[in-house]
Amino acid sequence: MSVNVRIVQGLQEAASILASDNGAQLLGGGTLLVRTINEGLMTEGTLLRAIDPVLLAMNTGGARVELGAGVTMAMVLASRDLSYLHAPARGIGGPAVRTTATIGGNLFAATPYGDFATALLALDAVVTLHAGSGGAREMPLEEMLANRARGGVGLVASVVFNRPAGADAFRFLKVARVRPKGISVLSIAAHLPQNAGRISGARIAYGAMGPTPLRAKAVERVLEGRSLDAATIAAAKTAALEGTQPATDAIASEWYRREVLPVHLGRLLAGETS
Amino acid sequence: MARMPVQFRLNGSDRAVFVEPAETLLGTIRRGLGDFAPKFGCGQGTCGVCTVLVDGEPRLGCLTLSVTCEGRSIETASGLADGPTLHPLQAAFMEHFAAQCGFCTPGMLMAAKALLDRNPDPTRVEVVEAIAGNICRCTGYEPIINAILAAAQQRGARRA
Repeated sequence: MSVNVRIVQGLQEAASILASDNGAQLLGGGTLLVRTINEGLMTEGTLLRAIDPVLLAMNTGGARVELGAGVTMAMVLASRDLSYLHAPARGIGGPAVRTTATIGGNLFAATPYGDFATALLALDAVVTLHAGSGGAREMPLEEMLANRARGGVGLVASVVFNRPAGADAFRFLKVARVRPKGISVLSIAAHLPQNAGRISGARIAYGAMGPTPLRAKAVERVLEGRSLDAATIAAAKTAALEGTQPATDAIASEWYRREVLPVHLGRLLAGETS
Repeated sequence: MARMPVQFRLNGSDRAVFVEPAETLLGTIRRGLGDFAPKFGCGQGTCGVCTVLVDGEPRLGCLTLSVTCEGRSIETASGLADGPTLHPLQAAFMEHFAAQCGFCTPGMLMAAKALLDRNPDPTRVEVVEAIAGNICRCTGYEPIINAILAAAQQRGARRA
């Protein structure tokens, strides 16, 4: 047996194949799947390459933003409308990775990868899924990530989210030991809309602090309705670790991740990151 | 598994090959077409020694499937020199001692070419960012950065 590659035009056809063939996987940019072939971890099965132009669509100008799952990190970086997403996109690999690494692929990247998914989680993104013959449906990214480990999520066609309220409303921080390109010790994304000087509808997401990117709901509760002052930030740091399940890997230990998360969260909230 | 036909341009020449379905572009270029400039290093997208340009964009040959390159234009370090005349980047790498063992050099050159083709007058920070995906275990990077900046300066002087 060996790995086959099948090129399909339509998303529905690809979704049907994924639903009926347990050995089929959707090929995005290849930065994850081809690596598994090189490492001998995938020796048989089918890689599906969907070439539907919907996967490359970018609607970025309005309040509601939609990005096809095949949009690459380089495409995000080339878009002025998406400047708030440049920091997470730039955090993905080097330039030669970013020309191929896709948004859809990042949603399925195993921890400690998945920094872009972390950013999308803080933006309350919704994914458009094609599964089997049922047509398209929407699902909150948080739910999709929770379902991911069980498999059978379906084919992600696009992500949709609201543009952040202002230039300072969305913040992202990637902590890595190697700069400018390194794998995450952790990442934090924060969407902090404010109303009359008080935070309203905060969304905080962590990368590499659990099996998938996850919401920091305890921190969100602390921030809600408060101004972003020293007392609020101190309270947020106290709540920072609730719900986290970091792993020990080659990049950092579980202990280290727990130790540094509150520090970096405090810096991000205080606007002290560069 | 049936081999699949692929056609692309490699350093300006049309090439047609049959590839295994999951064959990487690096494997096709090296084993199938005999261009040994791009190297196999980690196979994980970490080291950058397999960097080639696909339609002018830097790509990792080890993570790119050949079947996805149908109709594309591929450039490797083998295509940089014009006969005996070195590309300005190659000349600058020699001048600034930017190669020691030389294993990373083909990837570094292509990452640098992608940068200068898009941004002829980069800052030092932009050069560092451009080669961030390419590992060198010999030089400490400084000679490489200096060589790329010097090549940019030389090309700018030639344009002026």
